[in-house]
Amino acid sequence: MAGAFEQKIHETLADTRLQQAVYTATGRLKDSRLAVIAPHVLPDYQELRAHAHLLKRHTVDHLDHYLEKFQRNVESRGGQVVFCNDGAEVSDFVLALAKKRGARLIVKSKSMTTEEVDLNEHLEHHGLESVETDLGEYILQLAHERPYHIVAPALHKTRYDVAEILTRRLNAPHETKIEKQTAIARAVLRQKFLAADIGISGANFLVADSGAVVLVENEGNARLATTLPKIHIVVAGIEKVIPRAQDLAVFLKLLARSATGQLLSVYTSFLSGPRRAGEIDGPDEFYVLLLDNGRTKLLPDSAKRQSLYCIRCGACLNACPVYRKIGGHSFPWVYSGPIGAILTPQFMGVSREPSLPFASSLCGACAEVCPVKIDIPSVLVALRADVHQNEARQKRNRVEKLAFRLFRWLMQHPRAYEWAGRLAASLANSADGGWMRRVPVPLNVGPVRAWLSQRDLPPPPSRSFRQLWRQR
Amino acid sequence: MSRNAILDAVRAALGRSEKEPAPDPPPVRLRIPDVSLESRIASMTTSVEALAGRVLRAPTPQHAGRLVRERIANQNAVASNSPYLDECGIRGLPNVHSGITKPDELQKLCAAADVGITGVDYALADTGTLVVLSSPYEARMISLLPPAHLAVMACSRLLTGLDELFTLLPDPAVASSSMVFITGPSRTADIEQILVRGVHGPGEIVVILVG
Repeated sequence: MAGAFEQKIHETLADTRLQQAVYTATGRLKDSRLAVIAPHVLPDYQELRAHAHLLKRHTVDHLDHYLEKFQRNVESRGGQVVFCNDGAEVSDFVLALAKKRGARLIVKSKSMTTEEVDLNEHLEHHGLESVETDLGEYILQLAHERPYHIVAPALHKTRYDVAEILTRRLNAPHETKIEKQTAIARAVLRQKFLAADIGISGANFLVADSGAVVLVENEGNARLATTLPKIHIVVAGIEKVIPRAQDLAVFLKLLARSATGQLLSVYTSFLSGPRRAGEIDGPDEFYVLLLDNGRTKLLPDSAKRQSLYCIRCGACLNACPVYRKIGGHSFPWVYSGPIGAILTPQFMGVSREPSLPFASSLCGACAEVCPVKIDIPSVLVALRADVHQNEARQKRNRVEKLAFRLFRWLMQHPRAYEWAGRLAASLANSADGGWMRRVPVPLNVGPVRAWLSQRDLPPPPSRSFRQLWRQR
Repeated sequence: MSRNAILDAVRAALGRSEKEPAPDPPPVRLRIPDVSLESRIASMTTSVEALAGRVLRAPTPQHAGRLVRERIANQNAVASNSPYLDECGIRGLPNVHSGITKPDELQKLCAAADVGITGVDYALADTGTLVVLSSPYEARMISLLPPAHLAVMACSRLLTGLDELFTLLPDPAVASSSMVFITGPSRTADIEQILVRGVHGPGEIVVILVG
């Protein structure tokens, strides 16, 4: 795995066009955010963040209470709540329901949670058609790729890539105007919406007191997916619950601002159960699948628990100097950037990609922009400790331990230290940068080589301080 | 069953026992600024126009009806069953379908219509947002399927913002299965971050403020 992570990073760094695309897009999102949180626009921005953090902390600390309350209230409005351990339970539920109702076509609105469990692949494997309807997600589904960014999933695709994909997969005319590409997708997807049997959405918030699901979007695809089909299925992580509808006044002011620099997203839907008596349209059946998929593993450690406060705005990606260089697909799982670097090791175990928590300069930009004040750098540091403990348990860091023992011995023995300094100076004869990477082979193999390849030092002077002192 | 397994795991991780109550959540934070009607109208207009929507003023409901007739001209429109649209004489206009109560019929009409006309429950001046609750008078599709959305509302429904809305409607689920906020025309920037309007929802929004 470690190899794949590194290889992806090198590929991304070598791709000038991609570098430019990621840097420009994240830069634009970053600037848009700054414009709408400025003190003259939103004077109480910091208070709102602090309050959002308190609300999330309270809810996650009493999660069982709020989940039960949410379930009761959804049921009192005629909906149904199903707890799912993992992706298999989600797809089993959808498949069984589809079979019972004779459903064939599913329209999906954007949901990171369903990306976690590869829901589309499972459904399509069993003969259902499951169509992503967010424009970016649709393009990626046609291209068989996963999202590059939490809020801008197709950030890495140019209009020429999109033209190619639409022509190849839909037999559409080769069209490089973005308006026309959008119109092509709209026309295809409109027919899917009108014919769909089931709509699947994620959830930005679950409101415990109301038994309601809140969806935030710009295109209108989530509204269509939750309005036209007779069945609406919500797939949401258990951590999405908040106490009251009134708390949305805090979260909604932060979410769109942090994500895209909008005051509010174009559409916010507050949905509580199926269509009621007298209402003209809306689904007849309403299900909320509450997914664990590893989330309960994040709860015991009260310091790392805050990772579950995330509202998926993507602001930390745009602010992160590492994400902006290595891009979204270098990350080993669906969540990328700083939030991905803390979620992935906790969901999948630290051994899945041990170098991930180290791929950060701990500059703190992510914590500064987080609308719910997750202290990402301190969670990263805690995860680094976990990685070390894990490697010690597996005795995989013996070389590193030996190296540090040698270093300690060297620091305690002045003559040996001086000799080592002279050796280093003789190796650095080229006297320019990067000499550590060119240390000759007997000293530069295996893990030592990997260590040296990431480091640089100014070349040591030809005569050391000790030598100068003696010749004084 | 997964329900009990998950809830047990949550409780064990948090050190809580079954049926253990939770303390009160942090207090509700709602601050309503004092803003005159004229300023709210000005702010609504600026916000909607910043999103490439239009705001028209009508001194009387009859005037609003005339504005709607001019906009739809000989296009096809669907209007909601809102009594306020009746008051404006909109539901009886030529080329306007209204009074539909069956979802399948409404879907067919909306999918073919050029314009959808609705009332609104409230509007939020500081963000230019329309708030529509689903009811026998307002369907969800009319503001969604046709490429243009005309919203007709009395100025008195113009609130300052989210905080005032959630003060008036502490729990929207009591009134309706669906409350939507509409803030400008449907849009995307998914390809090269270039803004395109009218992706899945209406690309055109006109708000007619009456009074």
